[in-house]
Amino acid sequence: MKIVVCVKQVPDTTDVKVDPEKGTLIREGIPSIINPFDQFALEEGLRIREQTGGELTVISMGPPQAKSVIMLSLAIGADRGVLLTDRAFAGADTLATSYTLAKAVEKMGEADLVVCGLQAIDGDTAQVGPGLATHLRLPQITYAEHIEMVDGVLRARRMIDDGTEIVEAKPPVLVTMTTPSDFVPTNPPFTKIMKAKKKPYEEWGAGDIDLDSSRLGLDGSPTWVEKVYPPPVREAGEILEGTSDEIVTQLIEILKREQFL
Amino acid sequence: MLEVTEDCTGCGICVKTCPFGAILVVDGKAVVQDNCTLCSACVQVCPFDALVLERKVEEKDLSGFRGVWVFIEVEDNGTVRSASLELLSKGHELAKELDEELCAILLGDGVHNLTGELGRYGATKVYLVEKPELAEYNTDAFATVIVGLITKYGPSIVLYPATHIGRDLAPRIAATIQVGLTADCTGLSIVDGKLLQTRPAFGGNIMADILSANHRPQMATVRPNVMPVMDPIDGPDPMIVFEDVTIDPGLIRVKVIERTRMDEPGVKKIDEADIIVSGGRGAVQDGKLEMIEELAAVMGAAVGCSRAVVDMGVKPKSHQVGQSGKTVSPKLYLVSGVSGAIQHLVGMKSSDIIIAINNDPNAPIFTVAKYGVVGDLFEILPKLTEAIRAEKGL
Repeated sequence: MKIVVCVKQVPDTTDVKVDPEKGTLIREGIPSIINPFDQFALEEGLRIREQTGGELTVISMGPPQAKSVIMLSLAIGADRGVLLTDRAFAGADTLATSYTLAKAVEKMGEADLVVCGLQAIDGDTAQVGPGLATHLRLPQITYAEHIEMVDGVLRARRMIDDGTEIVEAKPPVLVTMTTPSDFVPTNPPFTKIMKAKKKPYEEWGAGDIDLDSSRLGLDGSPTWVEKVYPPPVREAGEILEGTSDEIVTQLIEILKREQFL
Repeated sequence: MLEVTEDCTGCGICVKTCPFGAILVVDGKAVVQDNCTLCSACVQVCPFDALVLERKVEEKDLSGFRGVWVFIEVEDNGTVRSASLELLSKGHELAKELDEELCAILLGDGVHNLTGELGRYGATKVYLVEKPELAEYNTDAFATVIVGLITKYGPSIVLYPATHIGRDLAPRIAATIQVGLTADCTGLSIVDGKLLQTRPAFGGNIMADILSANHRPQMATVRPNVMPVMDPIDGPDPMIVFEDVTIDPGLIRVKVIERTRMDEPGVKKIDEADIIVSGGRGAVQDGKLEMIEELAAVMGAAVGCSRAVVDMGVKPKSHQVGQSGKTVSPKLYLVSGVSGAIQHLVGMKSSDIIIAINNDPNAPIFTVAKYGVVGDLFEILPKLTEAIRAEKGL
């Protein structure tokens, strides 16, 4: 099987703070990490590669610094890494991003399986996976928690709004993975990090890929951010005090005042 | 491209604002680095308007695109999912403001009986496609049919609920017809005839207003349970446009082998509930979340939980609130025994009112709670349940 896994470098949003006075994001000191959903996608992709044999290529689009998430992916076990990096890609929305990724995946030759994280934690859109599937004309399986190959068919357990489904599709197919609650990301040991440096790694710019340059980056993006601002500030909370009976009385009053009773 | 003009004073506000650390001040002037993603966060905070993001503006005549469309999600039991009624209600407002029609897109098998209800929530026209192949949601079939409808009739706006189905379907359609799509919106309004789409980003740490001004239709998925449902209106039934389509059996490439619903029908979904009573690891007793469930029952609430509770096998994942579960915004989120890891907070902090009970006064959950109780939930919850029962005369 020829497997491609898409990964993204993201600011660790769990560390993002907002300046309460200016209402702006405080970026200083926020580490960049591999999007956790993508790391799970990679580990699922590697499991399939163990099962079927073949090659797993990891691909990312981003600034030159995003090389670090490719190197991490290689250390975790990917065979080959490609970073799409070019000023022309900057400012891409989900449509332009999925188009650019699709053209790069096409350049690699036909993939049997493309695995993406469900969404990136800095944007939470979950749109790049289905967009990529559309551009590659592949069927898509979103919200997958577990994948396996059964008699040449990809079988996935996926989340639906109030339950799960088992679905099947013949490769080539694209899957987006959501992390199950018991997922513990691998931390590769130093020896593997060193070995990763010897694995094939390439950087591709717009000129290296056969694509329509009007569909890239800012100019190829139908949506744009008009304005960003802090969410409405919550008033400081009130701490209720007293014995448990007194607290319950206060809670009942609050529930009545807020019209829940 | 992002340009720094002569007006830059090197004050450094943009440096602190950039989510990607892509700006440096060199010799008293901002310098944009290679890792700039053109997200425009800096453009707005610059007090001197010294950062300029140039965007090619095409002059296109988009006046031929008319109509506000809402995708109707139908439940297994044949009813309209409430998230779609919320969208019709919002769409009704938007359509009025634009002086355009509000249309529902209804796909399924034997769903024509729902058109009257769609009319009562503002739809004046229903595009109805009934086929046995559409009895259950399927990405390929649904996307193909809706792409056909959009291409044929040219609406100006199409809205989808940001449910698992909506978020699977809408990006497929957007990429096919090459238009913009804004994910998981919490606000929609019309500004200068364009759809202004508001959504949280960076884990809810900032809000973003998004436009897709040069493309039609403008499309968005909208978070369930944020927009209010309007009072039903009396009026003529909507006009029904029957669309006959042929669905090639080879089109459907993903086959459902088995489907398991976690809850019996009728159990409240957490992303549609007005009230969620939620419990964390600290509320689990004998492998159960019994006190939470009892309180939820007397309040008519849905039961939510933290990831730890799912890990312990106490509740199925469909009840999990947070980053790897669901994002909810009920009117009341009453949470006990959750310390408030950021992954949980991002999933619930947009709730209208949060009441938190925890025995640790330093638990982060109190930073988002309007009302906090430092105390023993096993003592307080049963008493609260009893008191509510008495209030309601149960």
